[in-house]
Amino acid sequence: MEKQDALHSRRSFLKSSLLSGGGLMISFSALAEFLPSKKLAGPGMPDQWFELTGYIKITPDNVIKILNPNPEFGQNVMTSLPMIVAEELEADWKKVVVEMGPHDSVKLGSQFTGGSNSVRMYWKPLRDAGAAARVMLTEAAAQTWNVPAAEITAKSGMLYHEKSGKSGTYGEFASKAAAIPVPKGVKLKEVKSFNVVGSSQKNVEGLKIVTGKPLFGLDYYKEGMKIAMIHHPPAFGMKLKSFDASEASKMPGITDVFSLKLYEDGFEQAGFDTRTFNDILVVVGKTTWDVMNARKKLSVQWEPIADTKETIRGFRGKQEVVVPAGLETTESQYAKMQERAKEPATVLRKDGDPETAFKNAATIIERTYTAPFLAHNTMEPMNFFADVTDEKALVVGPQQAPGWSEPTLAKLIGLPAEKIEIQMTRMGGGFGRRAYAHYMFEAALISKKIKAPVKLIYSREDDMTYGIYRPMYIATYRAALDANKNLIGFHVKGGGIPEHAIHANRFPAGAVDNYLAEGWELPSNITIGAFRAPRSNFNAAAEQSFLDELAEAMGKDPIDFRLELLKRAKENPVGKNNEYSADRYAAVLELVKEKSGWNKTENKKYNRGVAAYFCHNSYAAHVVDMVKRDGQPYVERVYSAIDCGIVINPESAKNMVMGAVVDGIGNSFYGGLTLKDGAPEQNNLNRYRIIRMREAPQIVDVSFVENGIDPTGLGEPPFPPVFGAVANAVYKTTGKRVYNQPYFNSTISEKFGVAEKNTKQQGDKKLPQPKIKKGRTP
Amino acid sequence: MISLKINQKQYDVDVNPDMPLLWVLRDVLQMPGTKYGCGVASCGACTVHLNGDAVRSCVTKISRAANQEVVTIEGLSPNGDHPLQKAWLEADVPQCGYCQSGQIMSAAVLLREKPDPTDQDIDDAMNGNLCRCGTYLLIRKAIHLAADMQKQGAKI
Repeated sequence: MEKQDALHSRRSFLKSSLLSGGGLMISFSALAEFLPSKKLAGPGMPDQWFELTGYIKITPDNVIKILNPNPEFGQNVMTSLPMIVAEELEADWKKVVVEMGPHDSVKLGSQFTGGSNSVRMYWKPLRDAGAAARVMLTEAAAQTWNVPAAEITAKSGMLYHEKSGKSGTYGEFASKAAAIPVPKGVKLKEVKSFNVVGSSQKNVEGLKIVTGKPLFGLDYYKEGMKIAMIHHPPAFGMKLKSFDASEASKMPGITDVFSLKLYEDGFEQAGFDTRTFNDILVVVGKTTWDVMNARKKLSVQWEPIADTKETIRGFRGKQEVVVPAGLETTESQYAKMQERAKEPATVLRKDGDPETAFKNAATIIERTYTAPFLAHNTMEPMNFFADVTDEKALVVGPQQAPGWSEPTLAKLIGLPAEKIEIQMTRMGGGFGRRAYAHYMFEAALISKKIKAPVKLIYSREDDMTYGIYRPMYIATYRAALDANKNLIGFHVKGGGIPEHAIHANRFPAGAVDNYLAEGWELPSNITIGAFRAPRSNFNAAAEQSFLDELAEAMGKDPIDFRLELLKRAKENPVGKNNEYSADRYAAVLELVKEKSGWNKTENKKYNRGVAAYFCHNSYAAHVVDMVKRDGQPYVERVYSAIDCGIVINPESAKNMVMGAVVDGIGNSFYGGLTLKDGAPEQNNLNRYRIIRMREAPQIVDVSFVENGIDPTGLGEPPFPPVFGAVANAVYKTTGKRVYNQPYFNSTISEKFGVAEKNTKQQGDKKLPQPKIKKGRTP
Repeated sequence: MISLKINQKQYDVDVNPDMPLLWVLRDVLQMPGTKYGCGVASCGACTVHLNGDAVRSCVTKISRAANQEVVTIEGLSPNGDHPLQKAWLEADVPQCGYCQSGQIMSAAVLLREKPDPTDQDIDDAMNGNLCRCGTYLLIRKAIHLAADMQKQGAKI
């Protein structure tokens, strides 16, 4: 049996099943300990499963189980990925049992949730698996009935031989089918004959969610387990110096207080082994409340870090990185970025002769945009369960990238990968945050140290002040117009702490003769990480606002202006390596123009802003309809047009887009994290503003481009252009352009924003701030 | 010993009277349907009913709940068939799902007090419940749906 990307084999019995060349009967009792959680399988499940490819198991009485390979964090892969298998398998979706798969990269692929990759990466392997199993079942029936396999049809979990009138369930042939070698290159179904893919199916875990069943990492419980929390420094740039635990240790329920080191000096970290605080102070006790109380009794001395060297082997190979000492403050970070922006930067792409174009320009338009750190604030804070002994390790919890974290975990606890079992729970949000696994490593080291099963819990404060934020960004956009207001040059120079956001080969690269993109970076000890549509979530705000302003200066409709540029990029593209398809980009703009009634008189009552963006292989465009409500800007309605290729589960996909729109409005209006002397100034949800029900739009109208293209990403692409569309609608609503994110959070953008000063624009200080009204407080 | 009545069942727990109801539910009684999100009554993930009122269990001391009627998501209905739960499934509301038990518990009090809520009523009642995935529009839809189901049920 062949599967892609066999990184390493895992457990001996799984190995033997691979070596057997075909399917293998595995009794439930043997399988059970490898299942992510027995509760998902539930009582009353059959005890005999025949495995047909790694994704499908069938019982003699025709229960069809499909394993979801990828961690679920709300993108609904528990439903959509098995739907793909069911389609090719010709299973009856209503009767399919879905289960979270074990961590097993040999059988189940990369198992990485992130980069809007789940459906895109699994589309082919899952179709192949479903189709192969269908062929194996058909072949088994052909042998049994002694008829040609070609005369057998499969439908809804049944096999039929019309000539002889014979029929049977998949279950009847599962045993025989499992012994047949997995065929390769089976012909897949035509898109037009799909009946599961493209139909809206409900979330398979819906009932468990609405009845409060234990699905999440934080819900995991094992008899005898303890609760641990980590006390980390109050500021970035600080570390543990010494502590006195005598009082804390005496608190009720407390069993252990100790410090430990996450990575030893010189440890070679993988790319996502972000370390924010390496010396961790751990409190272990009976209940979360006991531990929280004991933490208050700790007497701890912290001290500033020195410049610290880290060895990281990531996507760019092995690198020595110096994390600078210092206690950073938001105000000085903005000032530093502004200073650095004046210095030369790395040229990322250059087409034509931008210098001359700008020299000859009749008009130059220059605007600078900024954005602060953002905290992911997944609703479920970081946590992990670990039970590590000298012989083996079980770790259970929310994790987007088990395959990336396992090698590091193995090194840290000194066990080979085959002795480690990672179980993936449903995640209470991810947004990139759980691609980092420090909390899994910490839990494992704590369990190893105390020789007991333990659940590590981050309080919201711990979670929000740990870092791994969306970076801080700044970018200056310049456009050169000739005397006829033609765009003859385009220049973007972007920077950030600690990385810039520039995607040099994306639109409008390819559409302008003279083009220059540059980037620079400032190191920092504030740790950053992937945040829903990394980099794009800033670019789409800045670039799409700038294009709007440009269109206005040129006297053009903002959609028509973009379409003109895309026409140029299609017919006579400038430069090489343009990452986007001008056709698909234009198609979402055309679609949103039509669906939103862009030019219709009845929509004039709205202040409309448009933006579009390409990222993660997909295309998204939004029209945001803003009004003033109680004197405040409010997004009442949004039209979204998306091209992500074939949509697996349409209603669920719409939910995802609606969520991205709400998330985009929320973060563009309010999102931001600031620091004073290294300490985050927001440490809980009463200080960090997240969009609430009252601020959500009334309508988000979602349309998908139907082009039959293999699926591309959906979790991220709709998010970035919301920022730009909102900014453009704000201008229509208030008459003032917004350059600094967040647009309506005075404590951040007005205090720290530097862009207005750079561009000598009128500030937006007089803009009324939306009031935070208290909800119905119980 | 503190006596508790949760979902119509009697429990006696030996805990610090200051311990919030949330942690008694989650860590002592192994009822994890009620979620921890912030610990400061700002996100609503921990919402339960105390004598019929929606309260944030993360700031409700267990002593306050002693001998009172507590209902959690596990006890909202015997079989997950409360109109809100059915409506939530019908509208397929959840993304990650973490906040949804708190959302449903808040909505249940709203529906009891206002059987036919307007969007404004919903926005007001639900503004204390955060959803980081942004399912607010579907939550509104599901509450209206549940209100309709409740009305139809009442007619029968």
